[in-house]
Amino acid sequence: MKAQNLVRCAFYSRGVNEAFARGMLAAFLAQADPTVPQLADIKTAVSEAVTNCIVHAYPNGVGLVRLTAALYEGGLVRITVADKGVGIPDVEQAMQPLFTTGNPEERAGLGFAVMQSFMDTVKVSSAPGRGTRVVLTKRLSPRG
Amino acid sequence: MAGVTFSGADGTLFAYLVGEIDHHSAQQLRQAIDARLALAAPARLTLDFGGVTFMDSSGVGLILGRQKRMREAGGVLVVQRPPAQIQKMLELARVSYV
Repeated sequence: MKAQNLVRCAFYSRGVNEAFARGMLAAFLAQADPTVPQLADIKTAVSEAVTNCIVHAYPNGVGLVRLTAALYEGGLVRITVADKGVGIPDVEQAMQPLFTTGNPEERAGLGFAVMQSFMDTVKVSSAPGRGTRVVLTKRLSPRG
Repeated sequence: MAGVTFSGADGTLFAYLVGEIDHHSAQQLRQAIDARLALAAPARLTLDFGGVTFMDSSGVGLILGRQKRMREAGGVLVVQRPPAQIQKMLELARVSYV
């Protein structure tokens, strides 16, 4: 299936870029005229995916996070967030609600649970030492 | 960008949060709230989300961390006035609010 429109960017895994990623995404999705709750859901899910890259992917420094957003016929939105960091040894475990390898006072361990709740589909592929790729999709149902 | 302002009365510290709460901004908010908690030692901390325009699960971490601090000090934490989208996040995380 060919995208009607697509945007791709790469940015350093710095916390300040979490807001940049959401802003870029909102600007791109404006052409699809999402409702406020739809846009908020997508921004929240992408913020979780980007934060995972920033917190976990590059523990010894910064690396690149690649964000791709595509619009397809019928209002389908597909977003890919990928890094070339340390990878996730056990994806199934990492996707369990409340699981976190971070400081539990700072991280609720809800990142993947939020993505799954706020999007239609979430696919995660990862290889230790090679990075992680998260693909999120959501269909923008017609207004009204 | 996010920010927080404070007011206090009758043993309650009110923290009025504004802006976008993500992993990056939550760190600054956490430091500001904890510094004020250490100074005021209130019996109740009320986090007001009325001015928050975006929040991911980093905001839940912010709440749970402050809740732990308050409980350890024998106090309570209240979350109030979350906008609709933030209510959705709080319900997923089973955080109660008023």
